[in-house]
Amino acid sequence: MPALVGLWCVAALLSLAVAAIAVARTSIGSILVYGGCLIVSLAGLALGLMTLIGGAPVEAVVLPIGLPGTGAHFRVDALAAFFLVVVNLGGAAASLYGIGTRKHETSPLRVLPFYPAYLAGMNLVVLADDAFSFLVAWEFMSLSSWALVMANHRAPENARAGYIYLLMASFGTLALLLAFGVLAGAEGNYAFAAMRAQHPGATAGALVLLLALVGAGSKAGLVPLHVWLPLAHPAAPSHVSALMSGVMTKVAVYGFLRIVFDLIGPSTAWMSMIVLAAGGITAAVGVLYALLQRDLKRLLAYSTVENIGVVFIGIGLALAFRTSDMNWAAALALTAALFHVLNHSLFKSLLFFGAGAVLHATGTRDMEKLGGLIHRLPKTAVVFLIGCVATSALPPLNGFVSEWLMFQAILVSPQISQWGPLFLIPAIGALLALSVALAAACFVKAYGITFLGRPRTAAANDAHETDGFSLAAMFMMAALCVLLGIMPGAVVELISPVVQSLTGARMPAQSYLPWDSLVPIAESRSSYNGLIVLFFLAVSGATTAVFIHRFATRATRRSAIWDCGYPDPSPAAQYTGSSFAMPIRRVFGTTVFDVHEKSDMPRPGDTRAARYQVKVFDPLWRHVYGPLARWMLKSTAFLNQLQFFSIRRYLTLVFVTLILLLLMVAAWR
Amino acid sequence: MRTLAFDVAHLLAGGMLVLSFVLLYQDRISATLNIFALQAIVLSMSVAWQALIQDAPHLLATAAIALVVKGIVIPTALHRIVRRLGIHREIEVVVGAGPTMLMGLGLVALSILLVLPVGDKISILAREDLAFALAVILLGLLMMITRHNAVTQIVGFMSLENGLILAASGAKGMPLVVEFTVAFSILIAFIVFGVFVFRIRERFDTVDVGALDRFRGERRDQP
Repeated sequence: MPALVGLWCVAALLSLAVAAIAVARTSIGSILVYGGCLIVSLAGLALGLMTLIGGAPVEAVVLPIGLPGTGAHFRVDALAAFFLVVVNLGGAAASLYGIGTRKHETSPLRVLPFYPAYLAGMNLVVLADDAFSFLVAWEFMSLSSWALVMANHRAPENARAGYIYLLMASFGTLALLLAFGVLAGAEGNYAFAAMRAQHPGATAGALVLLLALVGAGSKAGLVPLHVWLPLAHPAAPSHVSALMSGVMTKVAVYGFLRIVFDLIGPSTAWMSMIVLAAGGITAAVGVLYALLQRDLKRLLAYSTVENIGVVFIGIGLALAFRTSDMNWAAALALTAALFHVLNHSLFKSLLFFGAGAVLHATGTRDMEKLGGLIHRLPKTAVVFLIGCVATSALPPLNGFVSEWLMFQAILVSPQISQWGPLFLIPAIGALLALSVALAAACFVKAYGITFLGRPRTAAANDAHETDGFSLAAMFMMAALCVLLGIMPGAVVELISPVVQSLTGARMPAQSYLPWDSLVPIAESRSSYNGLIVLFFLAVSGATTAVFIHRFATRATRRSAIWDCGYPDPSPAAQYTGSSFAMPIRRVFGTTVFDVHEKSDMPRPGDTRAARYQVKVFDPLWRHVYGPLARWMLKSTAFLNQLQFFSIRRYLTLVFVTLILLLLMVAAWR
Repeated sequence: MRTLAFDVAHLLAGGMLVLSFVLLYQDRISATLNIFALQAIVLSMSVAWQALIQDAPHLLATAAIALVVKGIVIPTALHRIVRRLGIHREIEVVVGAGPTMLMGLGLVALSILLVLPVGDKISILAREDLAFALAVILLGLLMMITRHNAVTQIVGFMSLENGLILAASGAKGMPLVVEFTVAFSILIAFIVFGVFVFRIRERFDTVDVGALDRFRGERRDQP
């Protein structure tokens, strides 16, 4: 039943996509399309929640389309239901935000038809229960999001972003295709039910895990496959950026979980170590690059890379615990990962909405041209601050809870029996701690440079608050961030059927605990209560405020402000984003980044202006993707000659190939 | 009877293989055509013998088709074409007859190595037949790529197809319709080839396919 309802949702979204072509040019077209998407997403959200809470029996729906002999299978189990919640929650918020963007959308025909199709694609990936439908839905999702990235195709950097995105998406799908091919085995049974019944051997399982890590990782943004993400995510319209960062990367996580936990079956210790290392490196590299960005949306995209790394650390931990028969710890780690998936979809959507509001109000994403927006966009500034605090994992917001759970899982790692993970996990824990701390620094920069200080340009000075629909979407996400932070027990209960089905264990039941405490392992070990933290913050904040207002002097004294030694009150004399990030840039300049600093200081007596130029390159481009692209061009140019052979040469080619193949047959028998 | 059946089938198939070698180094066009006709006749004999020992009368029809179409019609037509083109006295220089023959020997060895150890489930007769057939096919392909003249390339192709028929007749239970289809497609291919040879001739005054390469602005791949 749930699968059928989900399919109806997808069908409704697809018909909205078709209808959008007709109504895109009309004045109410956007309201109709986004409103329709909002309603369908809410229905999908309700479906996911009801399946998770109600625990409806898992049923499969088979449609007579797709691969001959297999058909198209669809199914909603606990894992799929959880990701339906994530997808449709993000979809609903983005649709609400989308209604607000209608007035300044210059080419609605480039966005409106693809937006519902994109939502439909993501829902369909989660619903699919055979490899063929999964891959078709996956590719549909990639292509429709590509169309949205190219919505503003006249900007040359967008065209480049779209090209690289398309390449990486095809590469990822190829890896997934191969993974499913290995899983299907010699019989070629592509239904997930058949793969579930017959787990592959150890070698084949490891191969599938690597392919899935590459395939899903390229979509999720694992380093070094993340290069497209900071280019493509900012290029799309802001509510689509929110969906790509907040939701589509989660669909990739879903694909990875589905393959690794559901279809592969038992795994080995070194497989978990690969996932752990990939997650740790991704988290650290992502946040380091995020710190250096001056484009607000690109900073957020790099922060997504970091958060995906955190999620993959959780998944790797769960794999490692599972191979040591510590299912309770695997359940804890997986709960943390899934909780973080939900959290990240909330606060990253919120932050991209905020960035969209800033972009709309000022016309730029460059933080060095912003500043002082807290007075111009007061409401956006508040919700953006909530998003930043949540991302920085500060209590009592939701980001803290999931990362705290992650550390709780890391702290029980000494009980692991295998040597490899035993030594690796503390190192990964250190990387995680580093990235969480740097993420806080990164969002201090993002918020401080954008919203605080004085406006650096006239555009920032003349900015005005965004519209009601966008604000409603942002406030909704901010409220959810707070709510999930102070009521984490309910979320853990919501996730528990998923974890139960994947690891065979679950975290201790939270519902009987007083005051919504969160207990990861046992009450005697550690617990967290968001309400108490909130209460403490509220009381101490209020007390301080009262104290200051009551006892501080009320006399107003006017004098010249302290000018930090700069008599010129130009806003350019403020701290900039680059100067804020300079210590980090210097520390990691030679190892992680490829930094080129050029300073041109005039000699004493010379009156020309001094120049200081910093360029940061990703060494991946220079050392991996650049040579790869050159090699590819060279080899294709070489292969291109094949097109201009004479018929005798072609025959010779066929003949030589035939003889070689026959020789192989003769030699290998 | 068993050994006699085997020996005669072996003789006929071996005869085809020897004729394939003769085709490989033959440098005069009309002689090539005659040998091709001879090969087709040996093929029809071999197929007829198979019909006898397999007790499969429909193979007689295949033998008849092979005899009439490939033994008589196609060689006669090719002779007429060659005479009309005025190249019946021409001598085509076969490049490197020695190395080509050596390569041919290698191919025969390869096909025997491939087919003979297939397994005991298949009778030794069928395996020998298949080995010869594969060798004839590979030699036909080799002939196609060592020749420059369009007509001799056609002969190489037809000889390749002789190998196919030989293989088909050796396998028990091959339905007649398959052989009919192959025979007719060969006939059609022959007509198309014929038309093309005349078109090439009209355009370039030669049936040396190297002229096509020159026309495309490339250097010839062999002098």
